[in-house]
Parts: sequence; structure tokens; C-alpha cells
Amino acid sequence: MILITLLLIMMGGGVLAWIAGAFDKSLPKWISLFALLTGLSMMVSFWIGSAGTVNLTAGGAWMVTAKYDWIPQLGMSFHLGLDGISLIMTLLTLFLGAISVIVSWKEERNTGFYFFNLLWLLAGITGVFLALDMMVFYFFWEIMLIPMYFVIAIWGYEDRKYAGWKFFLFTQISGLMMLLAIIALYLIHGSKTGTYTFDYLELIKNVPGGQAAFWLMSGFLLAFFVKLPALPFHSWLPDAYTQAPPAGSVIIAALMSKTAAYGLIRFIIPLFPEAARAFAVPALLIGGLSILYGAKLSYAQKSLKRLIAYSSFSHMGFILVGVFSFTALGLQGVMLQMVAHGLSIAALFIISEFVRERTGSFDLSEMGGFWKKMSNMGGFTIVFIMASVGLPGLANFVAEFLTLAGAWQFNIPMSIIATLGLIVSVNYSLRILQKVFHQKEYTANQSRLYDLTAREWIVMGSLTIAIVGLGFFPQKVVHTAQPAFDKILMASPDNNSSDQTMNRVTQLNTMHLAELNKKEVSHD
Amino acid sequence: MDISNVLWAIPLFPLLGFLSLSLFGIKMSKRMVATIGCGSVGISALITIIYGIPFIQGATEGAFVEQHLWTWFQIGTFAPEITLHLDALSLTFVFVITFVGFLIHVFSTEYMAEDEGYSRFFAYMNLFVFSMLLLVLANDLLLLYLGWEGVGLCSFLLIGFYYGGSKAEENAYAARKSFLITRIGDTAMILGFFLLVKDFNTLNISTILATAPDVWANNSTEASWGAFLLLGGALGKSAQLPLQTWLPDAMAGPSPVSALIHAATMVTAGVYLLARTHTIFELAPAIQMLVAVIGAATLLIASFSALVQTDIKRVLAYSTISQIGYMFLAMGIGAWSAGIFHFMIHAFFKALLFLGAGAVILALHHEQDMFKMGGLKKKLPVVYWTYLFGSGALASLPLITAGFYSKDAIIWSSFAGDKGNVWLWAAAIISAFLTSLYTFRMVFLTFFGEQKTQISHKPGMAIKVPLVILGILSLVAGFIELPHSFGHFQPFSKFLNTVLPAAQFNPSPAFGEPVMQAIAGVLALAGVFFAWQLYVKRTVTARKETPLSNFFYSGWGFDKLYDTIFINPLVWLSKIDVGDFVDRIYVGLGRFNLAMNAAFSKTQNGRLRLYLFGIGLGAFIILTMILVL
Repeated sequence: MILITLLLIMMGGGVLAWIAGAFDKSLPKWISLFALLTGLSMMVSFWIGSAGTVNLTAGGAWMVTAKYDWIPQLGMSFHLGLDGISLIMTLLTLFLGAISVIVSWKEERNTGFYFFNLLWLLAGITGVFLALDMMVFYFFWEIMLIPMYFVIAIWGYEDRKYAGWKFFLFTQISGLMMLLAIIALYLIHGSKTGTYTFDYLELIKNVPGGQAAFWLMSGFLLAFFVKLPALPFHSWLPDAYTQAPPAGSVIIAALMSKTAAYGLIRFIIPLFPEAARAFAVPALLIGGLSILYGAKLSYAQKSLKRLIAYSSFSHMGFILVGVFSFTALGLQGVMLQMVAHGLSIAALFIISEFVRERTGSFDLSEMGGFWKKMSNMGGFTIVFIMASVGLPGLANFVAEFLTLAGAWQFNIPMSIIATLGLIVSVNYSLRILQKVFHQKEYTANQSRLYDLTAREWIVMGSLTIAIVGLGFFPQKVVHTAQPAFDKILMASPDNNSSDQTMNRVTQLNTMHLAELNKKEVSHD
Repeated sequence: MDISNVLWAIPLFPLLGFLSLSLFGIKMSKRMVATIGCGSVGISALITIIYGIPFIQGATEGAFVEQHLWTWFQIGTFAPEITLHLDALSLTFVFVITFVGFLIHVFSTEYMAEDEGYSRFFAYMNLFVFSMLLLVLANDLLLLYLGWEGVGLCSFLLIGFYYGGSKAEENAYAARKSFLITRIGDTAMILGFFLLVKDFNTLNISTILATAPDVWANNSTEASWGAFLLLGGALGKSAQLPLQTWLPDAMAGPSPVSALIHAATMVTAGVYLLARTHTIFELAPAIQMLVAVIGAATLLIASFSALVQTDIKRVLAYSTISQIGYMFLAMGIGAWSAGIFHFMIHAFFKALLFLGAGAVILALHHEQDMFKMGGLKKKLPVVYWTYLFGSGALASLPLITAGFYSKDAIIWSSFAGDKGNVWLWAAAIISAFLTSLYTFRMVFLTFFGEQKTQISHKPGMAIKVPLVILGILSLVAGFIELPHSFGHFQPFSKFLNTVLPAAQFNPSPAFGEPVMQAIAGVLALAGVFFAWQLYVKRTVTARKETPLSNFFYSGWGFDKLYDTIFINPLVWLSKIDVGDFVDRIYVGLGRFNLAMNAAFSKTQNGRLRLYLFGIGLGAFIILTMILVL
């Protein structure tokens, strides 16, 4: 029930905001904020209360599921389910959703429709994280697309039309490929077992094999590679990310790209276990090259926002590296990367917007020495630049470390290629900090600068607390997601081969852990 | 209370200092900032002394204390922890970090008084002390890495401390250069961690050291790779060949920063890492030999460069690289405790020299060129005398300076140790002579001769007291470790050998220790003598620009080499493809479609003649194809 309520709060809130917008310009933002915070507190209290109530089934580690008839004749049902992975992603969506509402606080143009789009967009993303029926999944996947297109094309910057179309074409075409794959999966499964169903839990009981699996996987992969994005399907990204309005960039980079990462974990590995393994090395290579090529593009940009956009592309490469390592470390790394990158890229885009609100431009050549007037903003920028560089103590480090350590266990050369990303990220990240805040003063703009306002402090402060908190205490997330990953890995074909570590070490470790647990108990 | 219960308090106070200064520092008075900044480090130093002394007294073989705070995360059985670990090695480092760090903080209260960003400075410095303490107290390599990167961040921020002004671009360049080059080393190191995680399923240092001889065979490939990758991190952080180029540029930061970060503590983190993971290096003899060779090569190269510098801080920077080279040499030949001893003594005298140089620079309107200094002996007597003590220790003048005892132990081991040889010894002894020469060149140029620049700032108590304390330590601290040949009083290495293996010596070296000591002593004095002849007897007003001198001056052309083979190609690559060629393909595809659309729309023109012609032509082509094929 909680899942339906959550979706209803968001969609209903969106409709309400649209209606309210006709009467009062500022009402929609309050409604949206209220709706998202209600959802957030609901999910947080569920999270706190849910410790240990995991229902382990063959198909996963579900905390709560909901199933309603939809079109039974075609084997479609409105089937939703929440496990640790989707719980964390839902929390992230609601949190960053609230942040993006606060970021758009000054939006004046057609606020009712704007916040309607924002909330439906967030509802679509949440739906993707919850769907357990392939058709429901596709439905939410498309729901994300339309409001996003509107947000870019109506409230975006100068080139918004071009960016909106480009975004729409790439995602729509790749989405259609996925739809074809879903239908083919449905038919193959039906002809093999006699039950024609789109239900995920049914489909993974009897997965396709051989050549068919590869082609079906390709359909899904295309959709996910475009949305992530991965090389060479990233070309829509800089335009869409840059032209979108502030909240749009936050949602598209921090949340929408994560739906692809989620899709890789939820669908690619369980539905196509063998095909995915056969494709592992190319996928790792694509991941590694995305990291390096994205970093190179990012470094060369002259627009602050475009630079950040390419940096996001670069960091998404780690997702591929983690997923296709098929190790517990790698997958947990992806989990943390989804959260950490969501927080850090959101913060960086927001900072670029703060700067633009003051100077009127994203042009890096018109920036420099801003620290003098905006030391607080500079301080926060250091935090998130360091997150982007992968400094330990911030969540991104744990994520990247686990991802790459996992990849090392699977394929050492590929892991090394991806690890080079730690070096190249320094170049573009420090460029942001130094060019904007440290390097030679750009005097023409100095008079227009002012430090963070109270509203901006709330935004940056809460993001900082989140990213530092997760940097030192990632165990909350790891622990929540663990049962789901255990299930995913247990179902994979070669789960024995990961036990090659030497006995003595394992033994010592276990002893050590037992001792640790003892200590922890005594602390309590 | 037992020390194992207060370990967390040692890094806590600098952290609190950082948090309060970064959040509220702007609104505080300078006095308040100085109190918090120095006080937090001072409290840590006090705790270290109060609880450390009983620990030293009770230290037995393998003695350590641990305090588990929390488990960072746990995936399967892989569970890095936030646990603090104190033993003889880390206590030595904690002592130097907090005590020398405190003195440098006190010095800074006066040195930085005129600069804007006073609270920012102390916030960064406190964060640095916190990170450095975590680095040496960590019981897990991942936590060590947290401190490791934290000090790198602070180093970056403090090198670029003076932003926005006339030197903004140079400072920003120096800052990012340091971050990038150390990052290259760190990346090697983290690859080493991946290897360890795979083979040991843990990064707990104690567990790895205990099980390494079982898991890795002696001289095995894995052990060699593990040691090699860890060494990469150490080379970057400690500015050793081939990653040494960032340190001279790092002098762009304020002088106290150079003293604390780029001399006394952070740059020696690599030495700490090698000592901490010594078991791994002993399992990889080839890599351990590589450490010695790199140390020897670095110390030689850097001392030639120090010989021709004109900027007083750059002399000290090259000298730091060179002295850390000695420590690496010690690690490479298994003289672990000698290396750590030299680290401690070096921290005293090099911090002193940087602070002294800072006092001189402050007195001379931020003039750093030694050829524009001179004659300060009378004007700044406290600075002069303490600087002389520090220089004596750096030049390791025999018997009376601490540097003699610490450096001589390394030189002797490089000759007579079971892993030493005559080549390593030759590099060490030649460099000892060069060290003395460039050190006293610096002293004579700065303090002797005619005065060339007027003095604008007389040092106050906050500058003098730290100088005097460090000056005394540079002389007497050597007496806690006297060589076999006289005294044989060695409490320091006895203490360190509770953690580190004792140095092994060749039973019958070709020459005895007294002979070798005499050679080292004579060469050190000869260096002073030549410096006197060259820079006091004659008036030198500028650096002689011969090709060889220019080569040394530029740090043996490493910067140019790296620019040519790495930086320039990469910058070129990013410049030619700003717009992303992949995007061009898609855009081209779109344009092609539009062009086709335009072309075909032209055919739809309503002229019947053309339509008929088209049909006819088409039919003709098809028929021809059917007939011919």
C-alpha cells in the first residue's frame, strides 16, 4: 500500500500544483515541497521500521510488494515491489526532488505546469525503481520522458528547443528498442512455458538463453546505455544537461541517469546472466573509455555547466565497470555510486546555477577570484569538487573504491583502465574550483557577487551533510541493499568461483570480525 | 586512564578546531582564531606527551594499543574499520606532528597576521594536522588512505593559499601540479590496495603483515607487484624520482606551510608507509633494492639542484627532496629505525630552517632571492643563530649536531648493512658533501656580507620562541641515538625495534665505523670551508649561468620532459576535439537526412514530363539489369 500511496502523493500533488497555479503563482512550489517531504518522511520512517523485515523469495529480497490487475488478458499486472536497492533509490529521488523544488523557488514562468511536470517526472522515476512488471516499467520509463522534454523545451536556456528534441529522439528511439525486447521476451517466455506474462518475478524463473538472449539484452542495453549515458551514445547529454533549467539538470543528471544504472542491476544481470557475462569485457571497456573520454571532453569546455555535464558522463562509466564486474564489491560500489554521484552532481549543477544567477553567464572566461566575495560558496565547492575527485571521507570515494576493487577481482586490465579515471578527474575538477574561485580575478563581475543566501545555505548544507555522512557511515546503505545483491549474485551462474580467497586469510578475518562484533556489543 | 581510551582525542581536537574555524572563523577576532588554531594542536600535543611517555617506558616487543571506533562498511567478510592503532612507529610520528605542528602554528600567528584569510589559514592547517594524525594512527590501509588524501587536499589548498592576486596563476598552477602528481602515485597505491583486497580480503595492516609471509611466497610476483604499487604512492607523496617535480613549485604557499607540510610531516608520509608495510617489502627484495636505488638517485640529483638555486625556499625544497632520499635509502637497505630517526631529526631542523627562512622573508618585504639578502647576522640575531644550528644539523657537522647522528647512521648502513653496497654509499657520501656546501652557501649569502634590503619587520616572541626550541632540538636531539663506535647509547632504535626489524650488518665490512665516520665528518666540514671560500671571500652577486648550472637549476629538466611527453600531447588532444567528434557524427547523420529530404522534395514538383521521364528511366535500368545479369 505504501508504494501506491507514494506514487499517488507525487502524481496527485502534481495535479494539485497545476490547478493551484491558476490561482496563485507561489502556491505550486509549496504544494510540491509539501508532497515530496511527506513522501520522504513516509519512506524514512518505513526505512527505520523495516530493519530485518526482508522477505526472501526466489526472485529477490522484497520488503513490500503490491499487485493489482491491469490487463490480465495480456498478462500485465500493476505489480510494484520494493527491496533494499529500490528503497535507497526512492529515498534519493525524494530527497533530491525536494532539493530541486527549493532550487526552483524563484521560478516565475507558468509555475503550475512547471511543478506539475517536475512532480510527474519524479513520480516516473520512482515508478521505474518500483516496477515489477515489464510493461509497468516501460510505462514509467516513458512517463519520465515527456515531462522532461517539456521542462527542457519550455523552461530551458537559449538552445532549449534543439536540446529538447535531441534528448527526445535519443531516448525515444532507444526506448522503442527496449519495448521490442520486452515484447520478444514476453513471447519467448510464453512459448516456452505456456504462461504469457510480463511479470518480472515470473520471467526471471525461466530466462532465455543462447543467441536470443543476446539480442534481447541488446535492446535493453541500448536503452540503458543511452540514458546512462555510455560511449558512444552520450551526444545528447551535454546539450540536454546544459540547456535544462536548474532543477531539470539536477533531476536529469542525478536521478534519471540512475534509472539506467538501476535497470542494469535489476534487469540485465538477472534476466540475461550468461549473455551479460559474455558481454562483460566489451562493457567494461566501454565503461573505462567513457570515464577517460568524458574526462577529456570535460577538461576542454569553456562553459562551466557543460564542463560539469561531461564530468557526469565520465563518472557514469564507473557504473558500467561495477555492474559488469559481477562481484559483491562491485555491485555495492554501484549502489553507493548511484547515491553519491546523485548528490555530488546535483550540488555541482546547483553551484553553477548560483554563479549564473549572479553573473548572468556560464562562461568560464568571465570568472575568477570569486572566493573574495563568496567564500561560503567556495567552501561548499571544495567539498563537491573533492567528491568528484573521489576524496575519502566523502561518499564517492567508497563507491569508486568498491567499484574498482570489484572490477580488479574480475578483470585486472579493465580495472586499471578505469582506475586511470582517478587521475584524469583531477584535471577537470580542479579547473572548476580554481577557475571560478582562485585564479586571477575577473573584475567586471565582482560587484554583482554576493555570498549564499539562507535558502542556498539550506540546499548546500543538506547536500554536504548527506555526502559527508555517507562517506563515513556508508554501512546504512550497504546493509539495506545487501540482501537484494546477495539474491542477484546467488542467481548468477558462477557464484562458486568467487570463493577463491585463501583459507587462512578468511579464517583470520572471521576471527577478527567476531572480535569486532564483540567489541561493538560491549560498546553498546 | 589508559592511552587506548584517549587515542581518539588526539585527532579529535584538530578536527574540532577545523570545524569551528571553517564555520564561524570569519566572524571571529584574530586572537580567537589564533587561540583555537594553536590550542587544538597544543591539546593534542599535550595528550600525546602525557600518555605517550608511560607507553614508551612500558614498551615491549610488539607493543601496541588499539581503539576501535566503528566499522566503516562491511561487505561479506571484507570490513574496513575506523580503528586507531598506536605503536612505537606511529607514536614517533604523532609526537612530531603534534609537537612540531604546534610550534609552527604558534609561529604562524605572527607570520600570517597581516594576511587576509587568517581564519582560513588556520582552518586548513588544523584540517591538515587532523588528516596527518589519522594517516599515522590508522590500523587499516583504507583509513590510512583517508588521511593520505586529506593531507594532499590541505597541501593543495595551502599551496594555492594566495589566490586572486598578481601571482594567482602561478600559485594555482603549483597547487594543481602538486595535487595531480601526487594523485598519480596515489593511483598506483590504490591499485596496490585492490591487489591486497583480492589476495587477503582485508586491508587491516596488522592482519596483512601477519599473514603476508604465508600468503605470498618470498620474492613472488604478487609480493613484488604489491610492494611496487605501494611504492608508487610513497614516491608521489614524498617527492622522489620520478614524481619529485611538484615539491619545488609547492613553495608558492606560505612559509609555515612549507615547514609543516612540505618538510616536517606530509612529505615523509611515504617513508611512514614503507616502514609501516615493511614486511611486504622484505618479501620483495628486488623492489626493496629499487627503493634504495631511487633514494640514492634522488638524493644526489636534488642536492645538485639545491646547489644553484637563488630562491631561499627552493634551496630548502630541493634539500628536503634530498634528505627524504636518505630516508628512502635507509628503508631500501633495511635500516628501518635509522630512517625513522632521520625523519624525526629532519623534521626538527627542516621545520626550523623553513621558519627561519620565513622570518627572513617577512623581514625583507617578501624578498626570497638570496642574492638580494645578506648581512642579516647582526640585524636578526635570534634568527641567525637558530638558522645556523639548523644548517649545521642539515650539513651534519660532526659531533655537535643532531643531523650528524641521524644521517651518519644511514650512511654507515648503506656501506656496511647486509643490503648495502659501495655505490649506495658513494652516492650518500658525495651528497653529504654537497649538502654541506649548498647549506652554507645559503647561510653565507643570507646572513653574511653586505645588507642589500632594508628590514621591515622585527620578529616578535611568537616567531622567536619556536625557533629557539627547534634550534635546541636540532643540536641535542641526536643524543638519544649514539653510534656503536662511541657511547652505543640507543634508546630510540630500541624503542622502534619493538615494531621494526633491527638493521642487519655485514659481519666484516672493509672499513670500520670510525673510519667512515671520520670521512663523513671531514667532508661535511670541507663543504663549509668551500662555501666560505666561494661566497664569503669573494663577492657573488648573481648565479652564474652556464649550461650545466641551468640544467641543475631547472631540476634536471624533468618539468620540460614531462611537458613534452605527457602534458602537451594531452592538452593538444583535448583542444582539437572540444566539440566531441562523436556528436559530429550524429549531427552529420541528421544533416544528411535533412539534405535527402530536401533533395527528394525537389522531385515532387508537379511536372508530368519529369515524372514520365523518371518512370521511363527506371524501367530502362531495371530491364537492362534483368537482361545483363
